[in-house]
Amino acid sequence: MAEPIVRYEDVHKSFGDVEVLKGIDLDIYPAEKVAIIGPSGSGKTTIIRMLMTLENPTSGDIIVDGTNLWKMEKNGEMVEANEKHLRSVRGDIGMVFQHFNLFPHMTILENCMTAPINVKKEDKKEVRERSIQMLERVGLGDKLNNYPSQLSGGQKQRVAMARALVMRPKIMLFDEVTSALDPELVGEVLEVIRDIAKNDDMAMVLVTHEMDFALDIADKVLFLDEGVIAEQGSASDVIEHSSNERLQGFLSRFRG
Amino acid sequence: MNGNEWSWETFFDALPVVMEGLSITVGLTVSSFLLALLFGFVWVFLRRIPYKPLNWLFTWMMEFIRSTPPLVQLFFIYLALPVLPVIGITLSSFASAVIGLGIHFSTYIGEIYRAGIESVGKGQWEAATALNFSKRDKWTKIILPQAFPPTIPMIGNYFIIMFKEVPLASTVGAAGIMYMANNYGSQHFNYLEAITIVGIIFLVLSYPSAVLIRKLEVKMNTRFDKNAKIKEIKEIDKGAML
Repeated sequence: MAEPIVRYEDVHKSFGDVEVLKGIDLDIYPAEKVAIIGPSGSGKTTIIRMLMTLENPTSGDIIVDGTNLWKMEKNGEMVEANEKHLRSVRGDIGMVFQHFNLFPHMTILENCMTAPINVKKEDKKEVRERSIQMLERVGLGDKLNNYPSQLSGGQKQRVAMARALVMRPKIMLFDEVTSALDPELVGEVLEVIRDIAKNDDMAMVLVTHEMDFALDIADKVLFLDEGVIAEQGSASDVIEHSSNERLQGFLSRFRG
Repeated sequence: MNGNEWSWETFFDALPVVMEGLSITVGLTVSSFLLALLFGFVWVFLRRIPYKPLNWLFTWMMEFIRSTPPLVQLFFIYLALPVLPVIGITLSSFASAVIGLGIHFSTYIGEIYRAGIESVGKGQWEAATALNFSKRDKWTKIILPQAFPPTIPMIGNYFIIMFKEVPLASTVGAAGIMYMANNYGSQHFNYLEAITIVGIIFLVLSYPSAVLIRKLEVKMNTRFDKNAKIKEIKEIDKGAML
């Protein structure tokens, strides 16, 4: 197997006195689809937020494509990364949020175009075409000039995915992307994720409560419990062959 | 000339004299306000310095400027500043008034900016980070375009409030309409008509501004309103089809 594109080495994270992550070791390989499941408050979201540089780890290392994300070398010593270093690494990572976080002052086409143009300094015409294609792919080709406030939650989330995809990340993070949606809108969003998982070769990490969906598309499932990875393996390993009682208890609650 | 009764003759005699000060009054208003708008940003910036003692110092300075009367500040700048040792500088009447009013009102404007910036949710910053925006682009492309428009009506209100404080400048000798009216009054021992003219001028200028600002407020409130935008887009579409 190839080298991992992301590696967590004994990563801890505390908020104040509360230690949410108590030593995470994890490898994510190129094109691998990883689902993180577990009870609320187990630190699932924190794992991917640290990779997106939205939270900094209290200790440990996160290596992205061979580069230490949160530390950099300065005069022969490893010191805390500055913004310039973070920028150089996080360009390969994209994220979709629970609450969409679309830019309300831009049309959905502008939402998709702004980062490739302003951040990557790409050609405006090419970016425009690519953005339109991407919005068509998520089924919103007829809404290009609408503002986010005119869309349903499911549509907003599909725009958010298109916006992340036009940046061509090597790693895509999905942070409970269906949790804020009305139940009848969940399906359309999952359909898009399934399409991305099937046709794109980027690594994907999904934090989710959509258990059946996660198990369906994931190459690897992590069960996070009380700040540690309590169980990991292929979907069938984790679901069917695990003897972890807390995992079985957790799953049984989803199976009714 | 009788100083006790209203006289149209005096009114029309005083009118051109008072009007001579109009350009100074308008100039004072515009200059002070521009300074306030600019300095408002400086306050926002200074108060975002993470170093606690400095942060505390600037917060206190801002509080101090806001809670002392602008009249006292004008006198201080015009009369006390020149006699201070080392930093003592003498400023013209106009400059004193602009600096005094500008800085006084910049503290309010700064607070409005701050409220506008804080009204932009944390998610917007995070989305901008996730898309790898530079710090500068985060501010100019994402945060400020959302933070600024809702503050426009409030800033407009302060413009009118400040405009009405501009007569204070006459106390340090800036020759606006109030100064001219006062002069006219003391020369002719008759203040009634001249001061009335000043009142009318302020009314004529500030009332339409207030109406305009109210309109602006309504427009800002419906800025991303669904129907308003859909209508706009339909019209654009129509234009494209023609």
